[in-house]
Amino acid sequence: MPVLARRRSALAPALWVPAGLALAVLALPLAALVVRAPWAELPTLLAQGPVAQALMLSLGTAALTTLVSLVLGVPLALLLARSAEWRAIPRRLMRALVTVPLVLPPVVGGVALLLLLGRRGVIGQWLDAWFGITIPFTTTAVVLAQTFVAMPFLVLAVEGAIRASDRRFEIAAATLGANRLTVFRRVTLPLIAPGISAGALLCFTRALGEFGATITFAGSFPGVTQTLPIATYLQLQTDPDAAIALALVLLAVSVIVLVSLKDRWVPGLSS
Amino acid sequence: MGAGVKKRPIAAVALIAAITGTVMTGCALAAPGPAPSETATENTRTLTGTLTVFAAASLTDTFTAIAQAFNERHPDLRLVFNFGGSSGLATQIVEGAPVDVFAAASGATMATVTDAALADGEPVVFVTNSLEIAVPAGNPGGVTGLADFAKPELVIALCEPVVPCGAASVTVLERAGVVASVDTLEQDVRAVLTKIELGEVDAGLVYKTDVLAAGDAVEGIELAGAAAAIGRYPIVQLVDSANPGATNPSAANPAAAAAFIDFVLSPIGQQIFKDAGFGAP
Repeated sequence: MPVLARRRSALAPALWVPAGLALAVLALPLAALVVRAPWAELPTLLAQGPVAQALMLSLGTAALTTLVSLVLGVPLALLLARSAEWRAIPRRLMRALVTVPLVLPPVVGGVALLLLLGRRGVIGQWLDAWFGITIPFTTTAVVLAQTFVAMPFLVLAVEGAIRASDRRFEIAAATLGANRLTVFRRVTLPLIAPGISAGALLCFTRALGEFGATITFAGSFPGVTQTLPIATYLQLQTDPDAAIALALVLLAVSVIVLVSLKDRWVPGLSS
Repeated sequence: MGAGVKKRPIAAVALIAAITGTVMTGCALAAPGPAPSETATENTRTLTGTLTVFAAASLTDTFTAIAQAFNERHPDLRLVFNFGGSSGLATQIVEGAPVDVFAAASGATMATVTDAALADGEPVVFVTNSLEIAVPAGNPGGVTGLADFAKPELVIALCEPVVPCGAASVTVLERAGVVASVDTLEQDVRAVLTKIELGEVDAGLVYKTDVLAAGDAVEGIELAGAAAAIGRYPIVQLVDSANPGATNPSAANPAAAAAFIDFVLSPIGQQIFKDAGFGAP
């Protein structure tokens, strides 16, 4: 152990250069945003009605998305974590399905949602014909688009936490006579709670920043589907200062949420 | 419905391309340009390098056809296009995007660039365009005129008012005294069109040329007072790095830029626009 520790510290200077560059790549654009921000006019820019409207819509839809993702995503994470006993092909297929929305361009996700739930979509045409329900261009569409893009973050975080947790506690509880629900409620859930919190926060912030799938599937209308990222994009075309102000709000909310992520939760994210 | 099902993948691809504002690299997939009538030895001097053109979304098909015809004369020149909403393109240019030629869909968006002293010379209007009501094939919403835009049960898409087609739409609706029950304000005219093509929207206001370009998937309904909403498209060459006091160091190919604009204004170029439904300047 001491040998290993020494070797690690010896590596440190060589690590600092690429690591520093990596940090610069991530941080400098955001620093530019802060530097170029029109601080003096910020209060007036942010006091505009449309800004507050877009912010409220974004916070509301992102919160709903997180709720939906918790209700549906935690069970999926459990299934995924327990899929180790499955055959390789269904197991890998399911994992790929959960991961694909993370790497897919969100616009493609939006197109896919339109083709499924649009008025002429595979399912959407029946929703329209039988129930008179049309989803595109509604706030529901915003939540659906955000869920498609953001839920995988929660699922993978929770799955990592479940895999990292020691199953022997559950087995011990079961041998002591606890039924499955009690085991889940009293043992499994407390063990993976940090993973769930971390996943929910990541899911919330990703939903807050969602743009491509939303503008494609839900369109853009103030107060209904025009979320903060879409409002930022549109402002950039006419009033860059206002766009920077909006971007700062989004950045601030995301940073506040992410800083509240405790370090000990993070190992659950990588698995 | 059968035809609609068959069209869907194509429409989806078009949607992806339109929304991502794909940078096209002179690959003219669209309408074959007119046969190269090599009349004179007007351009014996071949152009080389890369020419970057930022153009309004509504010029996507015509500029791609123009590029093909232009490339036949200058095979060594690489044309790079960035199509998108004019106001967004103007912002990108002001923020320092590398570009040689800017073709906007309105004088207002062009002014963003000329006000920033980035234009080399005066912008020239090279085509005009007018708005038309566009509905999906078969007109499922039973739209007959602008008055139907006020019906809340119909799904209506317009361009965001900051982009030229949106500004023109606002004018048209105001003059008709219609308060539209709008469901979505799209970021450029192509986004409106693709949502109509997909059948997600009952009616929208787009350019006449877009209705023509969309083929069978979209039907156009002439506006009674369309003359009120004629859009003028200016084109301009941007200042290059050799220009004293230039704040745009990226316009790299002034010779090719001038030749391209000449070609756009030439009879061959104008014919391509005319075929696509544009009006003469």
